[in-house]
Amino acid sequence: MDILNSLVLLANYIFVPGLTYGCQLALGALGITLVYGILRFSNFAHGETMSFGAMFSILFMWLFQSWGISIAPLPTVLIALPFGILCTIAWVLFCDKAIYKFYRTKKAPPVIFLIASTGLMFLMAGVIRFIIGPRDQTVSDGARFIMRAREFKEMTGLDEGLAIKTSQAITVIATIIIVTLLFWFLNKTLTGKSMRAYSDNEDLALLSGINPDRVVMYAWVITAIIATVAGTLYGLDKSYKPFTFLQLLLPIFAAAIVGGIGNPLGAVVGGFVIAFSEITVTYAYKKFYAYLTPESWHSDGLLQLLSTDYKFAVSFVILVVVLLIKPTGIFKGQSL
Amino acid sequence: MKKTLIAAMASTILAGSVLTATAEEIKIGVLLGFTGALESLVADMGPGAELAIKEISDSGLFLDGTTVKAIRGDTTCTDAAIATAAAEKLVTADGVKAIVGGDCSGVTGAALQNVARPNGIVMISPSATSPGLTTAEDDGLFFRTAPSDARQGKIVADILMGKGVKKIALTYTNNDYGKGLSDSIEANFKAAGGTVTIKSAHEDGKGDYSAEVGALAAAGGDVLVVAGYLDQGGKGIIQSAIDTGAFETFYLPDGMVGDALPAAIGEDLNGSYGAAPGTDSPGAAKFAKMATAAGFKAGPFAPESYDAAALILLAMQAAGSSESSKLKDKVFMVANAPGEKIYPGELSKALKILSDGGDIDYEGGSAVELIGPGESAGNYREIAIENGKLITVGYR
Repeated sequence: MDILNSLVLLANYIFVPGLTYGCQLALGALGITLVYGILRFSNFAHGETMSFGAMFSILFMWLFQSWGISIAPLPTVLIALPFGILCTIAWVLFCDKAIYKFYRTKKAPPVIFLIASTGLMFLMAGVIRFIIGPRDQTVSDGARFIMRAREFKEMTGLDEGLAIKTSQAITVIATIIIVTLLFWFLNKTLTGKSMRAYSDNEDLALLSGINPDRVVMYAWVITAIIATVAGTLYGLDKSYKPFTFLQLLLPIFAAAIVGGIGNPLGAVVGGFVIAFSEITVTYAYKKFYAYLTPESWHSDGLLQLLSTDYKFAVSFVILVVVLLIKPTGIFKGQSL
Repeated sequence: MKKTLIAAMASTILAGSVLTATAEEIKIGVLLGFTGALESLVADMGPGAELAIKEISDSGLFLDGTTVKAIRGDTTCTDAAIATAAAEKLVTADGVKAIVGGDCSGVTGAALQNVARPNGIVMISPSATSPGLTTAEDDGLFFRTAPSDARQGKIVADILMGKGVKKIALTYTNNDYGKGLSDSIEANFKAAGGTVTIKSAHEDGKGDYSAEVGALAAAGGDVLVVAGYLDQGGKGIIQSAIDTGAFETFYLPDGMVGDALPAAIGEDLNGSYGAAPGTDSPGAAKFAKMATAAGFKAGPFAPESYDAAALILLAMQAAGSSESSKLKDKVFMVANAPGEKIYPGELSKALKILSDGGDIDYEGGSAVELIGPGESAGNYREIAIENGKLITVGYR
């Protein structure tokens, strides 16, 4: 019984939240990695692109809610998602044409792109606040929980509860679908293969007749889709607030780099590495330990490796260690 | 091109000098976090301060018909360097006579020490509540219409003890406000015989609070005290704590009290309680009406913002001068008894009394009563969450 309790405890406070957060980071990191692989620059505007997509999903969600359309128990925002994606695609393609294309034809060095994307980040942050405002918006409606902690306790008779939210389940399922589709696209379709070829060696790809404009366009379209889904799912699980996306940029970049930037598989793994290390290292194991040991061994200490203040530091230490030992990341980066 | 540029520059300089020469318009800085961690509260605080400035400017009674213009500066709430630069710009480039602000305690302290004191500019903050600011060197230039959190800590301990709570877990937003408040809560609660199982910080605007909540849950406690912001980490912590079933009852200090919180969390928040600066004085209701008419909400610290701006301008009127060096000695006089009580919307009456040489007791929207080195004595509104609504239980 105590062993079961301790396992449920870990599942509730580490595994379920870590899995969800990992999926959210993985989706974000995939977008970064795609842009890096094809366009060869670190897209600092990616966090705001996620925010932008989520914002449009929310605007459409409000429209649908005002029409009385709902797909309860699933949240309404899911049917608004495709429209949000379309708007975001239009926006990133416009940005590419208006900003990045100019530098691409000039063959500007990556750092110029990076600075341009930083500028775009601030511009988008302003536009977003202008349209939807700086306030917190609640995205989730429909059934909030699949299982509440209290229900689980009553059902199993255990002392510890396990809660699973609808949004967590949706996040995990959506991530699996997106990642599968993306890998199928990159590995099986002609367009996907031409994108990988372009990413591997631009000159050879050009020689074999691959149209660079198309590859770049597809990269942006896929990035926009993933970013919108990531931003919306994130808003669904927590809540939508423009300010958080700037903060989210850091763990997302850490995830992409740890996994090997430019490598989609690395982005997914990196997301989970960052998410779980943030949670496991700073978790207080007092209760877990109390379940597994006789009472006389118990102490008042929290059995916490690091205070949660150091959560960010954990991702950075991992980042530094990975870059020192294996600069290309866990999986060899810089190729699709 | 060059010629037009020079011409344009010359004309602006000329225009500028004409304005200062006739002195028919003075400027007041509104130094708040229009972007950053507190941007959603400042959306009501900024207009609150500007409402008072406009009311006085439009009255035509202020310093022989002088008009007043509000100039905004952005503190970002968290970045002391940006806040200092913004304050510096307000004082040196815009030439403001006094400043309403800043908002968060850390940036307020920085702007006070680096800009206000060297330039001799009065600052009245509507929302900086850190106890550290009580003892800060200020040359008599700093006031606040918000109470110090040293007082709030006492209130928190009283309320919790009154409910029979003996063990609390405590989390605070990692800045001067959160630190000051949580220290004060911890000290008061322990002094009253309670136990604090854990006191841990959380960062605002983070993506995920599972780790923080995990640690808090492991430490345990009857109630989780969340000394954070309601649309920031504080909300994230509560949401995550409810989602995982870690805590069911929460104590909500001032930064967490707002209608947005029960609206966002839903019925799971029922049974939680807290307190925020607030008063049942007639001024609060009057201000709420004026705010709605002006198109913003009387949100947290919005009445305090109105009061901060009003105090500055009324003190100028009492001093007969817009210079900070003169007005700083009049702030206590207009804020405290004796004199005729002044509520929001009655600023022109106050201006008239002052210009006739009378005395006023400015109450405003937050029942202002300055104590100590110039901070609000602090009236607290005790609230509880019932049926997904924030209800007022009483006043302390």
